[in-house]
Amino acid sequence: MSLPATAPQGRPLIETRGVTRVIGGDIPATLVAGIDFAVQPGEFVAVTGPSGSGKSSLLYLLGLLDKPTTGEVYVDGKATSELSEDARAALRLSSLSFVFQFHFLLPEFTAMDNVMLPMRALGKLNDKEMQARALDILASLGLGDHARKRPDQMSGGQRQRVAIARALANDPLVILADEPTGNLDTVSSGQVLSIMRNLVDSSRTDHAKAIIIVTHDLDLAAKADRRVHIVDGRIEAPAPQDD
Amino acid sequence: MSLVLSIALTHIRARLRQTLVGLLGVATGVGFSVMMAALMEGSQRDFVSQLVDALPHISVSDQRREPPPQPAEDAFDAVEIHGLTTPVIRPGIKNPYAIIASIESWLPGAVAPSVQSKAVLRFAGRDTAASVVGIDPRREPNVSKLATQIVAGSLNDLYKSSNAIILGSGLAKRIGARVGNSVTMVGGNGRTMSATVVALSRTGVNQLDENQAHTLIKTAQILAGQTGLVNEIRVRTHDAMGAREIAQRIEAETRYKSVSWLEANEDLLSAFQVRNFIMFAVVGAILLVASFGTYNIISTITHEKTRDIAIMKSLGMPARTVRRIFVLEALMIGVMGVIAGWALGYAMSLGMGQVEFKSPFMDATRLPILYSPTHYLLAGAVALAASAIAGFFPARKAASLQPVDIIRGAS
Ligand SMILES: Nc1ncnc2c1ncn2[C@@H]1O[C@H](COP(=O)(O)OP(=O)(O)OP(=O)(O)O)[C@@H](O)[C@H]1O
Ligand SMILES: [Mg+2]
Repeated sequence: MSLPATAPQGRPLIETRGVTRVIGGDIPATLVAGIDFAVQPGEFVAVTGPSGSGKSSLLYLLGLLDKPTTGEVYVDGKATSELSEDARAALRLSSLSFVFQFHFLLPEFTAMDNVMLPMRALGKLNDKEMQARALDILASLGLGDHARKRPDQMSGGQRQRVAIARALANDPLVILADEPTGNLDTVSSGQVLSIMRNLVDSSRTDHAKAIIIVTHDLDLAAKADRRVHIVDGRIEAPAPQDD
Repeated sequence: MSLVLSIALTHIRARLRQTLVGLLGVATGVGFSVMMAALMEGSQRDFVSQLVDALPHISVSDQRREPPPQPAEDAFDAVEIHGLTTPVIRPGIKNPYAIIASIESWLPGAVAPSVQSKAVLRFAGRDTAASVVGIDPRREPNVSKLATQIVAGSLNDLYKSSNAIILGSGLAKRIGARVGNSVTMVGGNGRTMSATVVALSRTGVNQLDENQAHTLIKTAQILAGQTGLVNEIRVRTHDAMGAREIAQRIEAETRYKSVSWLEANEDLLSAFQVRNFIMFAVVGAILLVASFGTYNIISTITHEKTRDIAIMKSLGMPARTVRRIFVLEALMIGVMGVIAGWALGYAMSLGMGQVEFKSPFMDATRLPILYSPTHYLLAGAVALAASAIAGFFPARKAASLQPVDIIRGAS
């Protein structure tokens, strides 16, 4: 790999300080504990760890879907724990987006409409601009011919690419991906991965993005700029890059 | 198209059959409400207008509400009176024409004198009791519908022969008399006179038609054995609903008991209030049941769309937008249901208006239907409000959903 393994310096796009998440209930469970973690613009970070170690839980906290029990999550330098539910939603809409193992597309809507959904919710563009942008993104992911199809008329890999297209709709700062290739064959996985890789690389010049990707796949993790390893809800010493 | 609207429409379209059922629920509720209101208020108005037409709006009679005060009561604060016989008072209103003139001077309406007397009609060897009303054929059309209720002959035929009588159609049938026949009238004190049947009247109210006969005032006075007698002054006001106040004023001025049609039929009118209350309760229940249907549908949709709601919220859609989607869905079902319900209600009202209705007390009539925009607007507004409320609770629940709970379980 030609890219530097060390993070570029500057203000982190997303950062956690002492984040711990404990779930109450009959059997209280600690999902993650004492997470200190920062991602710089232009970084492609892989989060690895055994099943049940707390990778998804960390991603939900970073994406403001969940709130830490203690500690603080900063998005683009802004503390988030005191924000209202609506303000967190607004921040999600403009700056963060998710790609999950399952595509989570709205089944009744076409690929186009699914990609336009976050744009319409944000309401910054007019109809024409939204359509043009959605088509652009879909075309850049090789889905130009599938824009009018509904999710059930597409293959798994195509659906996952539509989900990525939707994640790009509002040009977010950080894309959080939870095993985005988990349901895909090797060809599709490779495709999805190189799309993500390109996204980060091409964004470095102007509007630098970051991608945090949770994966079991060590080959995939190896392609990241940096790897964060989690065991039992805690970050372990960074594993050696094996490339 | 707004985002909220397009998502709502998609949901509604995807569950076409359920939407249709919900729509039918609302439509049935609105339709039956409209029809029932049209029927209830139509029959009520019809009944009241018959009542108002058949009777004088105000009847001033020669009775008094209180027995005349004794001179001793005027002189002392407290008196005890034993074994008093009230002196015989000559029946009739004193100075009736002066009273009529004074009422006419301020009344918005018309006044006519009449003589109420009882008589036995003897015809073909049979005796039948009847109430004989002496009237002034020139004034009578101003205070009653009698002139229009004549089915053979005319009101002015009373002038045609010296003792002319108009029989109620039922009465004529009972005694078997026709126009041109001569009947014998026997008055209260045995005075007998013969009269020629010159016309028949028919009000449509059987009880009146079988018992009433009309003559000239003079004829009735002779029958009662008292010249100059007028024992009832009938008043018709321009505004039938204002009759109560006018009756009070007449009574205050003349000291004679004057009863408005509202007072005379108080029990009936209060029965209408009970009827209206029952109607509103039933209509309310119908609409409530319809709104349960809407609640059920929106609940089902939100339940089925749990994952989509989680997706939308995880993308950053605010809770209020999610809530609006489902309230809008409920309102769309409501609006479509209301429009269908209006059509249904109108069609059912039309159908009901065709039904022939036979009553033992009245002539056969069609069911009276009142077409009032108020009914439609009211039923529509209540149904829409019920739909909005029925949609609000599932919508609020959907909007408060935490996306992470669903995403954790699904991935
Ligand atoms: N709602 C919950 N209540 C209690 N424990 C939970 C809850 N959700 C998750 N956990 C536990 O928290 C731990 C972390 O879960 P998490 O989903 O973050 O793991 P993961 O690293 O993503 O695993 P995987 O690789 O299998 O997806 C697990 O041990 C899990 O059982
Ligand atoms: Mg996981």
